[in-house]
Amino acid sequence: MTAIVLGDALGPRARRRVRIITVISAVLVAAVVGVVMARLATHEQLTAAKWRPLTQWTVVKFLLVGLGQTVKAAAAGMVLATVVGVAMALGRLAPRAPVRWVAGAYVEFFRAIPLLLLIFFAGFALPKYGIHLSPFESVVAALVVYNGAVLGEIFRAGVLSLDRGQSEAAYALGMTYWQTMFLVVIPQAARRMVPAIVSQLVTLLKDTSLGLVVSYDELLRRAENTGEYYRNPLQSIVAAAVLYIAVNFTLSRIARRLEVRQRRRYKATALSVAGVEDLTAVAVAADAQDAR
Amino acid sequence: MGLVLDNLSLYGEGLRTTVALTLLSFVAAFAIGVVIAAFRVSPVPPLRAVGTAYVETIRNTPLPVLLVLFFFGFPKIGIRYSTFASAVIVLSVYTGAFIAETVRSGINTVAAGQGEAARAIGLTFPQTLSLVVLPQALRSVVAPIGNLFIALTKNSSVAFLISTLELTGVAERLTTQSARPVAAFVGAGAAYLLLTIPAGLAFGALERRVAVKR
Repeated sequence: MTAIVLGDALGPRARRRVRIITVISAVLVAAVVGVVMARLATHEQLTAAKWRPLTQWTVVKFLLVGLGQTVKAAAAGMVLATVVGVAMALGRLAPRAPVRWVAGAYVEFFRAIPLLLLIFFAGFALPKYGIHLSPFESVVAALVVYNGAVLGEIFRAGVLSLDRGQSEAAYALGMTYWQTMFLVVIPQAARRMVPAIVSQLVTLLKDTSLGLVVSYDELLRRAENTGEYYRNPLQSIVAAAVLYIAVNFTLSRIARRLEVRQRRRYKATALSVAGVEDLTAVAVAADAQDAR
Repeated sequence: MGLVLDNLSLYGEGLRTTVALTLLSFVAAFAIGVVIAAFRVSPVPPLRAVGTAYVETIRNTPLPVLLVLFFFGFPKIGIRYSTFASAVIVLSVYTGAFIAETVRSGINTVAAGQGEAARAIGLTFPQTLSLVVLPQALRSVVAPIGNLFIALTKNSSVAFLISTLELTGVAERLTTQSARPVAAFVGAGAAYLLLTIPAGLAFGALERRVAVKR
């Protein structure tokens, strides 16, 4: 382990101090783990009866099908939201002002609203107007409306990040606006957006669990059901969390790797979109690497 | 819009709860974030491991899962809080992980010479971090932290899952009561905009004020 701390190697005294603090903090961490375990044990949460259901194939399969439903809603939401996002980005960049206003209003309004409110609206308000959506459709509809706005901003940022010379050169060759967009600008911008899109997919996967309010049969709901049936809510929800972490961690890693590779290849800066938590962390981390 | 005007006091109450949830959680999340970021850049391996484990676990778990775990799972081991307190704790823990990542990347933007100079004049690691590096790091991440604040405002709606009457809860109540609920929905949306737009402007102004000129 290299001991480089904020840009400098440690001297002998500092190394001694670090060793002492290492021991103390390791003891503290062990103590915290011990207290948690003792707490679990005294409340009889470590007994085999509480955990055994989670090793049975029927329960595992029940949860995995839930994960499949989660992925299904996220994937459907992502694909459709991409279509809406492209339309909104083109709208906000359009040469005609009224088109820009409409797209701008859509993006600014739906980006500012909690997704939960949209899911709730799709599930419980639309039926009052005669529109009955299944739980799956409600979740996907809300994901599309919300992420259409977010992806619209990502796409717009991607297009704007491209050097102006590219579109100027295309116009100089006599291309029309749409030819320039589809043949020159979008193919290049799309590459830059890949990492941002993958991290948005992680957000979508996490957001699917809000489908709870319209009883969409996904992983979190199934974990709750398991917990009620076997009287082990703590263990069942922890199991669901582990599944979410496994999938999302893998996706986050892929996003980060794409980001790093891209920056090496195109020297492009990461995209940052207001109000999107996952993206900002990725973007700033990447900028930080640039500054080094 | 009559629906919204008739229930203005209900909206006011929801707005107050959302603001309280957001502000309390933000203060706690900021403290958690700075401490975890300090852990992650510290020379002590166990602390670094704790920081990394915290960020990777929390960031990859959906917020509703954390809330359900805390509110329905933790009472089984004798940890029980009111709905409002539970929401604040879970939102703080969740947002803290994102703030930690942002602050850490801010720390990485501070030139290495700053840390070296601090060490050369004999400052210890905690002194280097708190007196030299963090003040510069935090300035560079005002905008991303502003984004996290706006995301937190929206995320506070999960408190509705454990029936806290905040803005989304108000919209839910009016939706079930009324025959034409679009107004209830638009009213809640406008109330969220009322919070996020000034927040965005305030963080923008703060950023311009403290920006490091390089």
